[in-house]
Amino acid sequence: MSASTAHSVVDAKPWTRHLSSALVILYALITILPLVWIFMTGFKTPQDSISYPPKVVFEPSLEGYVNLFTTRSRQTPEYMATLPPPDNWAEALVRDRNMVIAGPSKFGERFLNSVIIGFGSTFLSVFLGTLAAYAFSRFKIPLKDDLMFFILSTRMMPPIAVAIPIFLMYRSVGLSDTHLGMILLYTAVNISLAVWLLKGFIDEIPLEYEEAALIDGYSRLQAFIKVVLPQAATGIAATAIFCLIFSWNEYAFALLLTSGTAQTAPPFIPTIIGEGGLDWPAVAAGATLFLIPIVAFTILLRKHLLRGITFGAVRK
Amino acid sequence: MAEIRVENLRKTFGDFVAVADSSFTIDDGDFFVMLGPSGCGKTTTLRMIAGLELPSSGAIYLGGEDVTFNRASQRDIAFVFQLFALYPHMNVRQNIGFPLKCIGRPRSEIRERVEETARLLRIDHLLNKSVSGLAGGDRQRVALGRAIVRRPMAFLMDEPLGTLDAEFRDLMCEELRLLHDRIDATTVYVTHDQLEAMSMADKIAVMNKGYVEQFGAPQEIYDRPATMFVAEFIGSPPMNFLRFHGAVAKGAAAVRMDATEVILPVLREDRPEGELALGVRPEHIRFDDASGLRGEVFEAEYLGTNQIVTVETGQGMVKARLRADTRVSAGETVGLSFLSERLSLFDVSSGRAIQTALYDGGRHG
Repeated sequence: MSASTAHSVVDAKPWTRHLSSALVILYALITILPLVWIFMTGFKTPQDSISYPPKVVFEPSLEGYVNLFTTRSRQTPEYMATLPPPDNWAEALVRDRNMVIAGPSKFGERFLNSVIIGFGSTFLSVFLGTLAAYAFSRFKIPLKDDLMFFILSTRMMPPIAVAIPIFLMYRSVGLSDTHLGMILLYTAVNISLAVWLLKGFIDEIPLEYEEAALIDGYSRLQAFIKVVLPQAATGIAATAIFCLIFSWNEYAFALLLTSGTAQTAPPFIPTIIGEGGLDWPAVAAGATLFLIPIVAFTILLRKHLLRGITFGAVRK
Repeated sequence: MAEIRVENLRKTFGDFVAVADSSFTIDDGDFFVMLGPSGCGKTTTLRMIAGLELPSSGAIYLGGEDVTFNRASQRDIAFVFQLFALYPHMNVRQNIGFPLKCIGRPRSEIRERVEETARLLRIDHLLNKSVSGLAGGDRQRVALGRAIVRRPMAFLMDEPLGTLDAEFRDLMCEELRLLHDRIDATTVYVTHDQLEAMSMADKIAVMNKGYVEQFGAPQEIYDRPATMFVAEFIGSPPMNFLRFHGAVAKGAAAVRMDATEVILPVLREDRPEGELALGVRPEHIRFDDASGLRGEVFEAEYLGTNQIVTVETGQGMVKARLRADTRVSAGETVGLSFLSERLSLFDVSSGRAIQTALYDGGRHG
């Protein structure tokens, strides 16, 4: 670091760096603001949540979360007076508003459905996608390019365009409102992404590794499991995240095809009605909880995700 | 250890003929090199011997057994790849031990043999290192270790030194040859580098466009090239060709080139009138003022122990390897004379050498 003022193509000038940091921070703020707002709303009382101007400083309340997990019934003051003292804090909170807890809500169930369907379809997409991508990458397949294009073409129309045919089809084969039906549907949508992404990753793994394993005495399947899969782990992780994000957040099909047993959280959350309209704190609480698994999953695989996106950019 | 026999081996990819009817036998314990420019079919031949490619026709025998259509894993061979193909998710010990693990050897035996192999290659201090941090030469040694740990019938190597820098390459050439002498395994080695081939091989097959042009010991290939391709591919600078028109008859010991008579080994066959080429190695040329073959010095390239002088003659440019202390200056007219008993004569239309006394007793591809 002498007095040299030579222009470096690698090190950015200070102001360029400051500007780029500023832009990144600005973008991060814009992205994170709605999440912060949802998170805060989850801890507001219903009155605070709709006050104008919006309250930034408020007294936190767990009412939203209590409302999310319970169903309540309004009672007359006379009846309330006959009740024994509340045996927990949630009951006390509800009684302040002249209501009693009537039972648990369906949110837990719906959340579990989301987990089963989201992770189930992600697993299936990645599993099938890896096998298909390996075959496309390594073997001579007649009409390979056409098949790859066909697989991609399933993503070319908005999925909702086929919603009515799928709805009718599912009704006639009895897949409506079932976990299996939703897993299959999301897998079908995700598999094109999985095959294309994973083919790219597997193409990058030199053929020689498998050939070495074949010569050393492994079968093709063993070579695939012991040699190819560990090296494709990064790509598989990245693909899994993309698949999970789609099936976790999917709303339109879930709204149309599920109503009870297999309903996922996205169509359920907006249906949480409180007294006098939508119970915003409860909705926000549901949304906050709904975010947690996918954020955790992404953080867990973050290292792979970053490598996955830039994979192949530099020849190793 | 075993003899490898290749019979009428042929491989086509669609209309493209990668290997055209190759036949040769690699003796037990030989270090055999397939040499040729890229696309000549040498790697394809190697991969067929390994079982990574199936031949379109022909047969491969390994130790007398027909293995033509056997799976790679059923051939008892080891393969060293150009890019080493070390598994990045395993350390050095696991990489070397992998072939033994594949065939299900007990853990204690794997441990013992891996350590023995590592000592042989002098990489025992690296056993617990990750392969991604190794230098090129050490990676190469690990790849070799993985090949020899199982003590297979034959080693197949596909340009294993291709990615190393020049300094390492010389060192590894020497090590490979020493290793071969110590374990005495039949080795098939593919390269496009003639120096590697000449310095290591017991036998060389020079390949071009899918054909084996010549098969023989390095010295034989250098001294008695069977075709113009071989003559030009081997040697640096390559053999000079002085083209002329004429006919030769069996028993003659000289050819007439313009006004000059050139003495060469006694011809063993007739050749009707046509384009001929006299093949002269640069080191077999001397400056001789008495010679009728004259030319003008074009340039001189000083190499320390000797120099390469390019002379423009009526038959084209000729490169001569002369003593470094010979004084030459560009533009000077000189006479050239050749070491008669080391000259070759080629038929330009077929590219093949015309048989002379020089070739007596030699084998030809």
